[in-house]
Parts: sequence; C-alpha cells; structure tokens
Amino acid sequence: MSDVRIGVFICHCGKNIAGVINVPEVTEYAKTLPNVVYAEHNLFTCSADGLSSITRKIGEYKLSRVIVAACTPRTHEPLFRTACEAAGLNKYLFEFVNIRDQCSWVHMQEPEKATGKAKDLVRMGIAKARLLEPLEDVEIGVTPACLVIGGGVAGMSAALNLANQGFEIYLVERDKELGGLLLNLNRLFTSDSKAEEVIVPLTEKVKNHQNIKVHTSTEVKGVAGFIGNFDVTLDQKGEEKKIKVGTIIVATGAEVLKPVDQYGYGDKSNVITQLELEERLNNGVGDEQNIVMINCVGARIPERQYCSRICCMVAIKNAVLIKENDPRAKVWVLHRDLMTYGTEFEKYYQKAMEKGVRFIRYSLDKLPEIVGNNKVKAVKVYHQLMGKEIVLPCDMLVLTTPLIPHEDNQDISRMLRVSLGEHGFFLEAHLKLQPVEFATDSIYVCGCARWPASVPETISQAYAASAKAAIPLRRGYIRSEGITASVDEDKCSGCGICVLLCPYNAIESQSKDGKKLAHITTAQCKGCGTCGAACPSGAISMNHFRDEEILAQVEALVI
Amino acid sequence: MKKSGFEPKILAFCCNWCSYAGADLAGTSRIQYAPNVRVIRVMCSGRIDPTFILRAFQVGVDGVLILGCHPGDCHYIDGNYKTARRIHMLKKMLSQLGIEDDRLRLDWVSAAEGKRFASIINDMTERIRALGPFVR
Repeated sequence: MSDVRIGVFICHCGKNIAGVINVPEVTEYAKTLPNVVYAEHNLFTCSADGLSSITRKIGEYKLSRVIVAACTPRTHEPLFRTACEAAGLNKYLFEFVNIRDQCSWVHMQEPEKATGKAKDLVRMGIAKARLLEPLEDVEIGVTPACLVIGGGVAGMSAALNLANQGFEIYLVERDKELGGLLLNLNRLFTSDSKAEEVIVPLTEKVKNHQNIKVHTSTEVKGVAGFIGNFDVTLDQKGEEKKIKVGTIIVATGAEVLKPVDQYGYGDKSNVITQLELEERLNNGVGDEQNIVMINCVGARIPERQYCSRICCMVAIKNAVLIKENDPRAKVWVLHRDLMTYGTEFEKYYQKAMEKGVRFIRYSLDKLPEIVGNNKVKAVKVYHQLMGKEIVLPCDMLVLTTPLIPHEDNQDISRMLRVSLGEHGFFLEAHLKLQPVEFATDSIYVCGCARWPASVPETISQAYAASAKAAIPLRRGYIRSEGITASVDEDKCSGCGICVLLCPYNAIESQSKDGKKLAHITTAQCKGCGTCGAACPSGAISMNHFRDEEILAQVEALVI
Repeated sequence: MKKSGFEPKILAFCCNWCSYAGADLAGTSRIQYAPNVRVIRVMCSGRIDPTFILRAFQVGVDGVLILGCHPGDCHYIDGNYKTARRIHMLKKMLSQLGIEDDRLRLDWVSAAEGKRFASIINDMTERIRALGPFVR
C-alpha cells in the first residue's frame, strides 16, 4: 500500500462550494494524509483547464489514484474518469467525493461545520481510493430493435425517426387506434391548424413504414432480461407475444384531469372540460352566447402544486375560436396568472384581447362561485381591479384542468425499474444534462409522460429520445461498468445462498473437479452486491465496492 | 440526559439509484439539514453487510442510517427486501448487546424525495443527540 500515490483535486465550483467551504484549508488537510503526494484546488475542475490539469498531474507526479472533491458523481464521474484514462490511468482508480450537493449546498449557514464535513468526506474518499483496483468494462451486445411504448404524437415521432435510420421498431399502443390525445383535439395553438393535419399524416407514415411493427390494443405485460437485451411480453386482449429489443422509449403520454364535483362538473349539464370543448368545436360550435372559462382548476393548489404549462394556451385558443366563429359571443377567461411563455404565445394572447376575450384574475382565497340548479346560469367572481364581486351570465362553463400522469405509470415504472417523480410523471436522469433518458441505460422518455408539453415540445423531445436510443443501436454494444461480482473459487464452499439471492439469475452452481462452486455470468451481473453481502465464506468480491473498500471508508469516518 | 455540546457522528449508507439521488436533490433544492451525517455510497442497500454496521459502532460512530429504495421500487428488483430482513435480524442482536434501537435506522427515500431525506437526517441527528455518544 505504501507505493500508492494519490492526487487530490478540490473544486471551488465558482462560489457554489467555495462560498461555504474553505477549499484551500481542505486542500492543505488533504496533503497531510498518508499516500497523498499531490493536492490542488481549481475554480471549476470540470473545465477544460481543470481536466487537462488532472491529466498532466497524473503524468508529472506519477499518480496511481485520483480523487476529485466536487459536485456529485451522478453527473460528473464519467467526465473525470475520462480525464484519468487520457493519462493512461485505469478509470476505476478514480474516486469522487461529493462536497457540493451533499455538503456546501445543504449547510450554507454553517461554513465551519461544512468545512469539517468536507475534510471527513475527503479523508473517507482517500481511504477507499487507497484500496481501489483497476477494472475493465464489460461490453454487452445490443439487440438491434427498439420498443416504443405509446402510439401518440411522441411515440410515433420517435418511432419514425428511428425507423428512417434503418432500425427495427415495435410500436405498442393500448388503444385500438394510434394517435393518442391529438385524436380528441380540434385545433392546435398558435397556428390554429387542425390537429388531424398533424396526426393523420404521421399515423399513415407509421403504418406504411416497413421497419415499424404496430401493435394496437396491446399493453406491455412484462420486461425481463437486462440493458440492451430486453425480453418483452406484450398482451393483446389476452393473447401474449414475446419480442426482443435493445432499447425502450417510454412515450405513454398523460391524461386530462376530470374535475369531479368542482364548479358543478358531473352534476350540471353545461359544465365541461377544455378537452370536451375541443370535441364540441370539432363537431361545429354551438350557439352559446356567454362562455366562462375557469383556469387552474385542480392545478397550482396545495394537493397538486405544479403548473401544467399548456392549458392557458388551450383556453386562450378556444376562446379565440369561439369569438372568430361568432364575434357577438361573450367569452371570459378567469385565471390565476397566464402562462404564455412560448414562441408567439404572447402575440396570440394579444390577439385574444383584441378580439374581445375578457381576462379576469381570481385568487385562491376568493374562488369563483357558480349560480344555477340543473345548469349553471351565472358565475360570480371577485374582480380584483374593480374591487368588487361581479356576476357573469353563463351558458357554458369550461373548466381548464391540468394534465395528470396515467395511473399505470406505476406499473411501467416497476416493470422497467425506472423512477417516477414527485407528481407521478416519469423522472428523467437529470433535468438539464439528461432530459430524455432514465438513469438506467438504454431506456428513454419523451412527451407528456415526462411532464406536460405542447405538440412542438413533444416532437422535439421525441426526436431527442430517439437520437439517444440510436446510439447503442448503431454501435451494436453498450459498455457496462465493470462493477460486477466475482467469486474466489478457493474460498467458495458451494453453499448456494448466492444462487438463490441473485435477482438476475446471474449465478449458477457448477461442478468443478467434484466440488460445487458458484459461477457468475458477468454480462448478466448488475453489481447490486446482494450476493456479496450474504456470502458466509467471504468468497464473493464486489468489484469497486469491496468489503475492504467500504470498511476503510467506515473506519476513516472517525479520526 | 443530554450531553451539552455533543455533536453526533452519523453514518448513512445510501443506494446510488434512490436515496443518494434523493440526497442530491435536497442539495439542488438547497434544503438545509444538520451537518452531522457522512454518506457512503453503495449501488444497492442490499450491499450492506451487517458487519459494516457493527464496525461503524466499534470505531465510535454514534448512529447508522441505511437508506434504500421504497419496497417494490428497488433498482435491482428486490435488494431492499433483503436489506430489510438483514437489518431486522441485526436489530434483535444489537438490542441484546444493549445498543439502543434508535441508533440503527432503516428507511426508504426515493430519488424524488429531497425533503424527506433532509427530514430523516434531522430527525436521526436529534434522536442520537438525545441518546448521547455511543459508548463502546
């Protein structure tokens, strides 16, 4: 162990770390620790300067282990590992210490304690690094096919993008027709083009594409296998079919909330949602003269705090269409802020006002009230600028409700082992750096399944997700981390406990020279560590998370 | 009886896919919590060998926290169920050694639960502070 030479690079991250933690002090501390032959601090270790400094210092100081203390390994570990490889150092001889997301950012009022914690964490990281061994990545072949779950505008755009590149696609849709939410829409903002002008040509292209196998009235029932090699079971009305794919794109969309028991919905006959209004407008506008719309029904409330982004534009668009059809009709939009953020949205809103759509702001503490028995006859609202309650005559009350996640997102989340976010939509790996993929390799997400999105946003995301999915499909392999289990056959007693525990059936009992031994198929091993923790003989080693490495971190916690 | 000025040393094992991500989310959201915890990252809570926990107490750690994915949501399918069984057994053993139940805690934090991570850390810190330092 005395020949290990450790280099430590501590990041300021601008003011993000250095504004709380005394970075020079931690650097000086690192220098006092055994085996540390070099330590420096950088303004931004992930910058070109910082990365080249790491690569250079590995050569200059003959470093055999590298520590970077900075943000979080979940975003930047691959980057620094590459910097090590550029200097010829095996990337598994690198250890990341999290002193931003789990230190400076969360102890902003306690700089001394944060600095002390940073020192402890660096000391623990160094303790592990001393014992790290070089490892090799595992290359896993990828089945050259992609499963797209969801046949709406997101799924179809993604499927076409991949199919046009020559890949084989399975497009699975649980309804009997392709098209998703757009089938129920009338016109799209801001072009006012008919929804069918978008969805019908798209559907035709998909159905006629030789590389896309469409399965409607079909659900995904089970997913087995491992990344790049999924065995998927489909269920079409009780009939099962098995397919093999290498990548999966989740494009299952979302649904419009039905505001049961709010403002008379479900009870009074003239209260509908914006989605139901779209259907009406499709069949020709009615002769209602007084239309009141209430926005943010069931959204931006304590029980559901998010903003569904697109509904304001839906309301404004429908208000404009009603006015264009009959300029004498009166349309009021009652809102709690208007989200007109996108390309030309503000211009469209101006157009609505010019056409005579009236916008009235209401607040959560003074909600509008409906008046009427079998039907809503009027809506009372407190007009903030006038400072008094006004009564609006009403023939039709339209409630603008948010997009909410499908109930069965939970099932897909479990089948694919991907995360759901706080509100039940799918959670991407990183909001900024990895917006259309999951933390799990070879599975991607796009469209409203991820978060409420407009049609152009959905299509962009679908292109992005399919572009990312094309990478492993094109390469033909995925490089999986060398974080796998290995068996020391001299120590193995053949008890078989590990065989029973492995969730991936990657271990089997084999006979060697009359002795029963555990044999691990490395390509199937995910490196979870369950077998390693259970092995009574200590025969199983979890590469990169070995017992001695973890124990060294534990022991280094207390000086 | 509370020891004044005692700052608990708490070790938390966090799994890469859920609780470690949840801890990072607390950071991105700038949720402040007690600075007493030191995290060791593992790929799955199922990696935790009970001997790691015993070693932690041996070297003078005051409290140990194991945070994994919620049951049913384990990235490695059922690693967390095995953790639950192991910790349950370990707790029985620890109580026979006279180690207070609150010193070892198993809990579940998802990648979306930054606030929950912070509140578990704060809660654990206060419980250990009330118990006092771990006496070997």
